[in-house]
Amino acid sequence: MDFRLTDDQIALQLGLRELLTGRFGPEQLRTAMTDSDKDRLPLWSELADAGLFSLRKPEQQEGGLGLGLAEAVLAFEEVGRALVPGPLVATELATVHASLPLHQAAGLCRNRPAGRGPLLVERLPTLDTLLLADTVTGEVQSVSPARVRARSRRGVDPLTPLWELEGPLPSGDPLPGLDARRLWVEGSLLTAALQVGVASRAVATAVVYAGQREQFGQPIGAFQAVQHLCADMLARTEPARAAVRAAAVCADAGASTAELAVATAGAKLLADQAAVRGARDCLQVHGGMGFTWEADVHLLLKRAWVYEGSFAGAAESTELLAEDLSAAAVGHL
Amino acid sequence: MDLQDTPAEAAFRRGLRDWLGKVLPDLPPPPDPLDWPARRAYDTAWQRRLYDAGYAGVHWPREVGGQGATPAEYLIFLEETERAGAPYVGANFVGLLHAGPTIAAEGTAEQRRRWLPGILSGAEVWCQGFSEPGAGSDLAALRTRAVRDGDDYVVSGSKLWTSHAEVADWCELLVRTDPAAPRHRGISWLVLPMDAPGVTVRPLRTLMGTAEFAELFLDEVRVPVANRVGAENDGWRVTMVTLSFERGTAFAGEVVACRRALVELAGLARRNGVWEADPGLRRSLGLLAARFGALWRLVQWNVSEAQGGGVPGPGASVFKLCFSEARQELYDLAAAVLGSGALVLADGEGDDWTAQRLQGLSYTIAAGTSQIQRNIVAQRVLGLPKPGRA
Ligand SMILES: Cc1cc2nc3c(=O)[nH]c(=O)nc-3n(C[C@H](O)[C@H](O)[C@H](O)COP(=O)(O)OP(=O)(O)OC[C@H]3O[C@@H](n4cnc5c(N)ncnc54)[C@H](O)[C@@H]3O)c2cc1C
Repeated sequence: MDFRLTDDQIALQLGLRELLTGRFGPEQLRTAMTDSDKDRLPLWSELADAGLFSLRKPEQQEGGLGLGLAEAVLAFEEVGRALVPGPLVATELATVHASLPLHQAAGLCRNRPAGRGPLLVERLPTLDTLLLADTVTGEVQSVSPARVRARSRRGVDPLTPLWELEGPLPSGDPLPGLDARRLWVEGSLLTAALQVGVASRAVATAVVYAGQREQFGQPIGAFQAVQHLCADMLARTEPARAAVRAAAVCADAGASTAELAVATAGAKLLADQAAVRGARDCLQVHGGMGFTWEADVHLLLKRAWVYEGSFAGAAESTELLAEDLSAAAVGHL
Repeated sequence: MDLQDTPAEAAFRRGLRDWLGKVLPDLPPPPDPLDWPARRAYDTAWQRRLYDAGYAGVHWPREVGGQGATPAEYLIFLEETERAGAPYVGANFVGLLHAGPTIAAEGTAEQRRRWLPGILSGAEVWCQGFSEPGAGSDLAALRTRAVRDGDDYVVSGSKLWTSHAEVADWCELLVRTDPAAPRHRGISWLVLPMDAPGVTVRPLRTLMGTAEFAELFLDEVRVPVANRVGAENDGWRVTMVTLSFERGTAFAGEVVACRRALVELAGLARRNGVWEADPGLRRSLGLLAARFGALWRLVQWNVSEAQGGGVPGPGASVFKLCFSEARQELYDLAAAVLGSGALVLADGEGDDWTAQRLQGLSYTIAAGTSQIQRNIVAQRVLGLPKPGRA
């Protein structure tokens, strides 16, 4: 066992971080928010060229790098930290599993229990395909977004325009050989990786501000109440990061979908908490400034909410983990 | 990133499993937790068996009597012994995890020869005399004095919360050797024989009603200068070495134990019907499973980082903070599963969740409180400014 990143993995992580620092800093983030063409996807072709979506494709295929989920979660942690808007995860899944050509974009929605609010899809009109995943039957279909009835909604996150699907969904082309459950689990894990990125950014942002802002004649970061907020932010982030990476490594080592689902449920649950609570604490550290549109803190929280609502949610994950415990308890008796 | 056993690790795991499978079935029943001498005898006997089988100090270097196992193999050792339900390190805790590694790293050849074999074989039990009435979280405020007199130090003062003091042979003792020096600079690290004249141990009753730790009174106790580990007045640095040995792995085996306890709790909840009746409780158990799972991964991460000789990541204090809180929540959930049963103590049969819940109250205090861990994370890991310095 050696859980450290390999040299290649470090190179991949740093390369992507460098690209994003240069191309998607605070200025570009603001520009993207005020862009009149709201549905345009910032940075899309650069990210595709950098291999974000095709990392896991076999080397023989277009853009394929032949890497695994372990590398994918490292990459998604970076784009999560940079607050690059999506649909990153659905596009990765479609590129890897449904041969979506590079530079295209995909959305994904799933059959789900009633009473949980409208079916929302990011940036519907710019998508090239929409995957419909039925995690009960395991079937996946592909639908042309033009055939879907939907209306634009004002999304909470200024960088994630949302479309509400209306009426019954058209039936699409079946994608045989694809397992909706596997897709859902991998999507949940990649989303958890995005959240780890958001959570890390929240810690870093809070620490920088706490070191600069002065009250009562000293930096607020010297006050224990603020220090403990920051320490707890890190204490939620580190276990989540370890859980996300471990789940990915186990998947690459051949874990079954059921095993991966349990590991992913834990990872997504903790990553969601680290990101959502971390962003709130970051906002608190910023005081009144945190409540303004000018500070970027609110963007962290809003994105964390979007990811929290994407793929496996808290109820689904905790139930799955409880089921696993219960099964172990039966085996134990 | 790799979580699979290497061939060498797999062989180590297999060998250990085989051995545990052979020895555990004829292990005597665990002693009465209130009977300290019996506990000492039980714990040291188990250590002796590990020693005879070549599993004592697995990760200690060979030149000091260990087995030279890698940090990853040590983790396997903790994982497998815990999984098999082998006895806990118990009364040997301070010797094996604190004093021994410190002497191995900082002691002279003579000191290693004198003390390490006794620790490894379980012949001698150690305790830790760091805390004092006026120096708990603020350890460097300690006042126990040691005055040089020929080849001895004459030590006077008192220590508090000294776990296992009643049954210990030796004590790793922090004393002030230069009262005029700045507080971190005048401290020395001594080995105190617990049977020396002038040493008085007064057991303290814990909130469980048991005597887990003690007060230690030192009245002009003569300790040979040869028992000093490290240079005179360099004890704070040696202490940091001692504390660093706890990093990453000190509680690692207990994470596995908590996961096992969680499974038992799920079984209990199913049998008494709350599993179905209380979805909130069920989900809380699920969330806790996620937390213990992630903490185990964090241990693997820290151990891997240490393997490269690198500085242990933010893991140590982060881990201590998260684990002690998660473990307390485990016992609170157990109380929810037990209902009114949580108000009575077991009569010796089976797991005593309520006793564990009481014991668990110490986790956020002992070995550095959660507040101190947060201070460490904020100031040393995140680099936030020290308080009060404008
Ligand atoms: C079961 C158990 C076993 C122990 N075994 C040993 C042993 O074998 N050997 C040994 O030497 N010691 C031992 N200890 C002592 C332990 O290390 C101390 O209890 C611990 O470090 C806290 O010190 P204190 O009890 O003096 O509390 P205090 O330091 O008085 O703290 C009281 C409260 O104030 C808070 N506080 C203090 N300073 C700060 C600060 N700077 N910032 C924020 N909050 C602060 C603390 O978090 C705590 O909530 C043991 C303790 C327990 C409970």
